[in-house]
Amino acid sequence: MKVKILLLSFLILFMVFACQSNPYAEGKRIYTAYCASCHMEDGNGLKSLVPPLAKSDYLAQNQDKLACIINKGLNGSIIVNGKEYNQPMAGIPSLNPTKLTNVINYINHAWGNNAGYTKIQDVEAALKKCER
Amino acid sequence: MRFILFFLVLTVLSSCEFETSQNDKLPLPILGEKEVVDGKTVYHTISDFEFMDQDSQVINNAFFNGQVYVLNNFFSHCPTICPKVKQQMLRVYDKYKDDDRVALLSHTIDPERDSVPRLKVYANRLEVDGRKWHFITGEKEKLYAMSRDHFLTALEDPDAEGGFDHSGTLILVDKNRKVRSFCNGLKPEEVDRLLKDIDKLLNEG
Repeated sequence: MKVKILLLSFLILFMVFACQSNPYAEGKRIYTAYCASCHMEDGNGLKSLVPPLAKSDYLAQNQDKLACIINKGLNGSIIVNGKEYNQPMAGIPSLNPTKLTNVINYINHAWGNNAGYTKIQDVEAALKKCER
Repeated sequence: MRFILFFLVLTVLSSCEFETSQNDKLPLPILGEKEVVDGKTVYHTISDFEFMDQDSQVINNAFFNGQVYVLNNFFSHCPTICPKVKQQMLRVYDKYKDDDRVALLSHTIDPERDSVPRLKVYANRLEVDGRKWHFITGEKEKLYAMSRDHFLTALEDPDAEGGFDHSGTLILVDKNRKVRSFCNGLKPEEVDRLLKDIDKLLNEG
């Protein structure tokens, strides 16, 4: 009986900690350092100038392009959630594939997003096929 | 013992409160260097300027006749702090949208790329009224002098991201061309204080 209670309390303790840990801590740190000044901490962007990442259809539909966009930047017009944006985005070439993977997974799961997981192998493969 | 501690804490707390309320009653200072000429104190005064805004309207000191303005510098291709500062400027814009005593002024430090049409597009994308918020451009030397005159940093720096180095500071200028307050436009809590300072300045009449 005592053993059972002990096991149960360990289980509860484990569950509490498992729920509290933030799986995207590194991605969040990179986001805050490199992305938040334009896309903002809450991922909502800025008016018609900077497109949102939070609940963005463009983000969900262009998963295979994200690594290149973050690495090389983006120019020209894009449509996000039915609204046109045309403000050049600077690339961040200093982020290596590990960091890119971390930040993509953070963005994919932050602010109610559920855009899936990216593996480092996907990012490495995508970077080899960037347009520019 | 407990009582003594309680009163001690209470005294400290109330003395702090007293100090801030006293500070609130003091008028906003006039910032910048001052000199004494013929027994009179002469304060830093914003020099004459003349630029063009996103609607091809001439913007000079006389344009702000009787208005106070909040100024910052920026460039529309800025990949770093500008959008965050713009978000805070938007707070000023939203609060005084219908108050004609307050205007907003953003001057570019990159006139080669920030032409009048480019600024028009930029203002439209920020979804702001051009009668309230003026995005101005002109000769490079004059724009940099404008920054210096308002105590702002502006440097062309090939090593800086986007090619220009500048601060995210917001400057509050009164209707007598005097700088009265400033804050770091990257810190929302400092902008809270600036908003209070604007109200205080407006109450001076």
